[in-house]
Amino acid sequence: MTTETKLTTETKPGLTPSQTIGPFFAYALTPRAYGGSELATEQVAAEGVAGERIRIEGTVFDGDGVPVGDAMIETWQADPQGRFHAAGNAGFTGFGRAETNTEGGFFFETVKPGALQGADGTQQAPHLSVSVFARGVLVRLATRIYFSDEPGNASDPILALVPAGRRDTLIAQRGADGVFRFDIRLQGEGETVFFEA
Amino acid sequence: MSLIYPRESLKAHPLNASPEYKSTLKRAPAQPLILLPHTLSETTGPVFGHVAVNETDTDLTRQHAGEPLGERIIVTGRVLDEDGRPVPHTLVEIWQANAAGRYVHVRDQHPAPLDPNFTGAGRALTDAQGRYRFVTVKPGAYPWRNHHNAWRPAHIHFSLFGPSFLSRVITQMYFPGDPLFRYDPIFQSITDENARNRLVSRFDIETTEPEWALAYQFDIVLRGRNATPLEEPHDH
Repeated sequence: MTTETKLTTETKPGLTPSQTIGPFFAYALTPRAYGGSELATEQVAAEGVAGERIRIEGTVFDGDGVPVGDAMIETWQADPQGRFHAAGNAGFTGFGRAETNTEGGFFFETVKPGALQGADGTQQAPHLSVSVFARGVLVRLATRIYFSDEPGNASDPILALVPAGRRDTLIAQRGADGVFRFDIRLQGEGETVFFEA
Repeated sequence: MSLIYPRESLKAHPLNASPEYKSTLKRAPAQPLILLPHTLSETTGPVFGHVAVNETDTDLTRQHAGEPLGERIIVTGRVLDEDGRPVPHTLVEIWQANAAGRYVHVRDQHPAPLDPNFTGAGRALTDAQGRYRFVTVKPGAYPWRNHHNAWRPAHIHFSLFGPSFLSRVITQMYFPGDPLFRYDPIFQSITDENARNRLVSRFDIETTEPEWALAYQFDIVLRGRNATPLEEPHDH
């Protein structure tokens, strides 16, 4: 064995484990009420960004159905053409961040993402990747938001991995007002599907 | 360069179902997680290189008119991937209690004094070698209501993005030799002792500034490994 490979193996570090975000993150991560500068907000796409503007609203609930008023939700998405980090798409980072209010509510305003390539030539229906952080959550919970008005959901390769009876927990429902509703149930009846990412 | 994200590494994390930490009881999912293939949605992520990080973002002792009370410390470290390579120009966000163990957050009810000269929030970008540096004060331990006479060991919260959705992590940095470790269900939720100890910073005499500040070093290893790992050594 060479010295080089030996060193490489022996110095390979282990992953830094996750810990809870705790209840007191807001003044640093979502500091609007504290007058701090915000890294990202619930406004994912600035006015004027091309695409179908949508609003997603929801509430986070715990296993007793009690609203979770101290969670942080982050979203990550492609642009309407299905691109990440597209050059020249000013006003659109694809990244959203919101804390839940005291009633557990959150919302995002963005443009609807386009369809994406999946593995093996399959196509993924439009979706947002979601991280849920909260007191009592030791490791970020990963989920996805799909949209009820997308026919591509029926052939989406990720939704196909989810037991049919639970797929609805990943699909935001468009209401009469045009707003998409997406509640997050951390535990119990109607529990949201979470992924090992 | 293309990264892969072996799932095996996830064993370092605590389980969300860690009942000694009472807040998990109604918040940990009961259903098993579903394995998510790593598509473009997962292997990409936000980039914050454009975020202006100024001097007061990394020096938490200079965000107000006066100096905060407490023991001044310098916290440095490197952000690395699982192969030990630096993660350059990535965002590090931190927050912490003040020296008395009190957070600025409006819902913190611990009857310890707020410090008008300390907020406790910071932000840094790693340099080309993955290094970051903060100046702050050592946070105090504080009581919480998890169980009778429960106290959190002193800690600084860290939030990192790394190159993708998969490397995103929020964690806590602790201080060496804290007698509260054995009683803290959040620290103890990490069942692998080696992994747990990776959250304990190292006292760093080299980085201390004489007659000014003590120093601690905390390296952070994010998910992600080179797609073509070096050959493992083997006997011939």
